[in-house]
Amino acid sequence: MVEIRNVSKQYGSKNVVENVSLTIAKGKITSFIGPNGAGKSTLLSMISRLLSKDQGEILLEGKEIGQCKSNDLAKKISILKQTNHITVRLTIRELVSFGRFPYSQGNLDEEDWRYVDEAIRYLELEDIQHKYLDQLSGGQRQRAYIAMVVAQNTEYILLDEPLNNLDMKHSVQIMKVLRRLVDEMGKTVVIVIHDINFASCYSDYIVALKDGKVVKEGTTEDIISAQTLKDVYDMDIQIQNIDQNKICVYFA
Amino acid sequence: MKAKIGILTIVAIVLIAIFMSIDASGNWDYVLPRRLKKILAIVLTGAIIAFSTLVFQTITNNRILTPSIIGLDSLYMFIQTFVIFIFGSTHMTLMNKNVNFLISAGLMVLFAGLLYKWLFKREGQNIYFLLLIGLIFGTLFNSLSTFMQVLIDPNEFQVVQDKMFASFNNVNTDLLVISFVLVIAVAVYFWRYMKYLDVLALGRDQAINLGVPYDFVVKRFLIIIAILVSIATALVGPITFLGLLVVNLAHQVMKTYQHKYLIVGSVLISIVSLVGGLLIVERVFTFSTTLSVIVNFIGGVYFIYLLLKENKSW
Repeated sequence: MVEIRNVSKQYGSKNVVENVSLTIAKGKITSFIGPNGAGKSTLLSMISRLLSKDQGEILLEGKEIGQCKSNDLAKKISILKQTNHITVRLTIRELVSFGRFPYSQGNLDEEDWRYVDEAIRYLELEDIQHKYLDQLSGGQRQRAYIAMVVAQNTEYILLDEPLNNLDMKHSVQIMKVLRRLVDEMGKTVVIVIHDINFASCYSDYIVALKDGKVVKEGTTEDIISAQTLKDVYDMDIQIQNIDQNKICVYFA
Repeated sequence: MKAKIGILTIVAIVLIAIFMSIDASGNWDYVLPRRLKKILAIVLTGAIIAFSTLVFQTITNNRILTPSIIGLDSLYMFIQTFVIFIFGSTHMTLMNKNVNFLISAGLMVLFAGLLYKWLFKREGQNIYFLLLIGLIFGTLFNSLSTFMQVLIDPNEFQVVQDKMFASFNNVNTDLLVISFVLVIAVAVYFWRYMKYLDVLALGRDQAINLGVPYDFVVKRFLIIIAILVSIATALVGPITFLGLLVVNLAHQVMKTYQHKYLIVGSVLISIVSLVGGLLIVERVFTFSTTLSVIVNFIGGVYFIYLLLKENKSW
């Protein structure tokens, strides 16, 4: 369980995240939604220690993350940012093997390679595992990065806009992988996501943020309502039930 | 990979052997000790420059930078000029090269440490900001040096000028012992951080994600670089393009992300190009040009090529 208590972050004099308190449940997909500049990514970065917080506490299983050793944290929590510009030329397999660094410190043993193989299989990358990252399409590359995180085998997986720039097919593919990670392997996934329909169809919990504050949090059922979405996005959004999924219609 | 390293090692050894034995005409007692000192200095400098540039490029995630950008060798020149400006060229600290060296190296490490500490106290400052500030300081030190150089006595200026250009003909062999001791100490210290280099090449966010204590490790690497650059600069003078050249060549030759191979490869390429270059200067051009001219010429051409290539890949 991740507990966030009264966390704030300022950039200059602007409060990007203001007094946010949240609890992230184990074994579920939690989505952070909200307009641009709501502080979703900043919050995610603070949970994953990429950014320091100005105030408040973030507890991972009861322990403040600032007090934990970096290497121990890397075995419990992993983060994938939206832009991953890597200057080194790596094959998919090499990239995925980096996911074992917290355990192997660079000297991978048989067990580590087993995790690597498994992660590659999980993301269906076996056929292209020896291709270089710069030869891949956006969807394949994103899957390669997710495979690395899978190989890292952490209980908590944080993803910042994993569907960024992907087409529908690849987006669905990635969301299904995340769903499987939760349902089959018992992981806890937290994503920042812009497409509220993906959030609605795939997540268990949704946290709606706006101007650095939590507007509302709860189960998907509770959050995907015309009133809540109006509070968050200042838009009138119709909600239709299609095959037990709540679909938000906001295009017109 | 091993074959490439093997070939490079053989080329390096052959070149060193040629360098040691060419035109000796029987005067071995005279020639060997002199050449041995020179070759030791060359090998040491080559290794240092290749290594420090490689590490610097990895922690900055940028393939067209060298440690000179944060003003380390400008600072070295500034310290030398300053001592001569204040005390004159006959002063103790200049006479005793070991003392001079230790003071210069100490100040350079202090400077790198302060720069880092001051910048990373506030968050959100990325490493490019550090480089920019370093660049400005470098220019400041350069201008201050030039200012003092035009004020001092022309004879004193000769002493300064001697230190301004990289030269292997008047290698500071007095410093060899202390340099070797320091380099070995640094290597031992570096050893436990070596494993982090591959991960640092993925960038800050990935490195932190994978459990690298990022700020701590990058700071250690900057200190190591500062010590090494001060050794190289004290031994032969500023010779920056060489690092750019050999590290990029090493990337192209070795074609790997693993730093254990990249380090060995770039060090060997560096030694090969320095010894080879020196042979050309001494035997082909018969000293009518200097090695730094050749290195800077080839380095400059290669730099333009790199810029054009990077430009295209965007």
